[in-house]
Amino acid sequence: MSNALLLLDDPGWIITLKAVIVFAVCVVLTIMSVWGERRLVARMQMRVGPNRVGKFGLIQALADGVKLALKEDLIPAAADKVVFVIAPIISATAAFMAFAVMPMTGPVNFFGEETVMQLTDIPVGVLYVLATASVGVYGIVLAGWSSGSTYPLLGGLRSSAQVISYEIAMGLSLVSVFIYSGSMSTSSIVQAQQDTWWYGLVLFPSFVIYAISMVGETNRAPFDLAEAEGELVGGFHTEYSSLKFALFFLAEYVNIIAVSALATTLFLGGYHAIPGLGFTEQWLGGWFTLIWFFIKVLFFFFIFVWLRGTLPRLRYDQFMQFGWKVLIPVSLLWILVVATLRLISTTSQSRPVTFAFAGVVVLIVLAISTAFESSKKKRDSVVHPEAAEPNFAVPSLPSEITTINVSNQGGDRG
Amino acid sequence: MADQNESNSVQPHISNDVDITSVAYEKVDQPGAKSFWAQLQGFWVTFITMFKKVNTVQYPEVKEPTAERFHGRHQLNRHPDGLEKCIGCELCAWACPADAIYVEGADNTPDHQMSPGERYGKVYQINYLRCVFCGLCIEACPTRALTMTNEYELADSTRGKLIFEKDDLLGPLRAGMVPPPHPMYPGMTDTNYYNGDVTEAHPSQEAK
Repeated sequence: MSNALLLLDDPGWIITLKAVIVFAVCVVLTIMSVWGERRLVARMQMRVGPNRVGKFGLIQALADGVKLALKEDLIPAAADKVVFVIAPIISATAAFMAFAVMPMTGPVNFFGEETVMQLTDIPVGVLYVLATASVGVYGIVLAGWSSGSTYPLLGGLRSSAQVISYEIAMGLSLVSVFIYSGSMSTSSIVQAQQDTWWYGLVLFPSFVIYAISMVGETNRAPFDLAEAEGELVGGFHTEYSSLKFALFFLAEYVNIIAVSALATTLFLGGYHAIPGLGFTEQWLGGWFTLIWFFIKVLFFFFIFVWLRGTLPRLRYDQFMQFGWKVLIPVSLLWILVVATLRLISTTSQSRPVTFAFAGVVVLIVLAISTAFESSKKKRDSVVHPEAAEPNFAVPSLPSEITTINVSNQGGDRG
Repeated sequence: MADQNESNSVQPHISNDVDITSVAYEKVDQPGAKSFWAQLQGFWVTFITMFKKVNTVQYPEVKEPTAERFHGRHQLNRHPDGLEKCIGCELCAWACPADAIYVEGADNTPDHQMSPGERYGKVYQINYLRCVFCGLCIEACPTRALTMTNEYELADSTRGKLIFEKDDLLGPLRAGMVPPPHPMYPGMTDTNYYNGDVTEAHPSQEAK
């Protein structure tokens, strides 16, 4: 029985309860992931990280949240007050909504009701996630604009340009998943991966493109240009304080969890166990799939933290160039290849034709990359005999200075 | 002025005719772009660092010793018989670039001898909100009355508490010392004190 049918006969109270649980999971996961991120990044920098509040500093993020809530809530005089207040609400709401279509478990017994831990299963679930992510951009744009200040405006513009650009690459990377699974519903995609391999392996280039663009999409390091501290103070949330700032903070982390959950669902087999450990899915009456799901989500979260701990921030133009000139064309070409392969395998059924086509594609890619590499090498080793000596002054080495250059201008001389 | 110039051995060098393009230069090798795999090595660095020993010292519980000559809180020292070394000369206050030290000297009297010689520091204050711990006061002190300890925990909650008075700064009375005021060691002058000839208190110095 499909998830949609299982969900169809859920009574109202179960739906309400699930909505509350999804909300709670998002909030708790945010709090724990803030702590986890700080601890992990600290270890990567040979530090300890927060270890004072509670055991291992576990409730540090909670303490920070309480502190934020108790801060004075400022609204700048130049701000557009209504929009200024609404912007963080839009951001946070959109972030939470994406989680509604994530299938977190297989069929389980939930208070005597056979159901799955998924709030709703719509046929275009993945598009719904992309749509809510796009709505979330409004929060950022409006926050930047309504602050009535320059840096937030620039940060908001950067952020929105970034999210919109990387959403294209993200959407394109999902197309090949749709082609292979034949569905846009999250639960069907999970089911489709059960029959073949995980799409993370089958559609590896898509997976890579998605993984890159999800970092761009969530404004995280190394793509955190929107809040580049050295350039833009805090970016779009510079003027925000207290709970409104906390909402942006929450939205950022819920977004990370949401895109990680989507990556899990689309590329790593969702709530299913890793191949070879399928028997574990029956443990705890099917609830063990929840653990598998969160293991995979936290794996992605670790990748996020790892990136932040390793890479320096990109320059804005390099970042946009990478998105538009590399990710999007590569995604388009990859879709072309996937679509052709899919068509060949569904119509002709002959394996040799499929493999031949795949082989030709691989050869073409190899040829292009080799030609590119060799041309780059050639460019580096070209001699320019006509090039002049530099016409700018360079100080001589201290050992070569024989006379002290004393000016006869100024002072009390002459 | 002109005479002085001519007697000077370093002649002014007129640089207007120097062509800046003829200056010797040296080409420096710029690090080129790293290969993709070389860039991935960075990920390995951060990953393996997670399993290394951390550098953090759990400060309030664990206190590592400072460097030997660490500039910490000041201390006003005493002579071995308990008299103060400070003579109230104010050189420390004059040396202080942050204007953190305030000294008021006063005359020693036979009834009230605080330090060897004529004068002693009656009021001695160091404002630790101003002090930059440069140590110039220590260099200025002619009697080595003022030195710096290695104590660095100087935070407090009010401005008033961070102005240290003489009582806070004076070193402890160690064994053999007699709390001043008391007369100088019999037969010794302030120069003897300065030279370190006084090594302990004399019974006649004990308070009556």
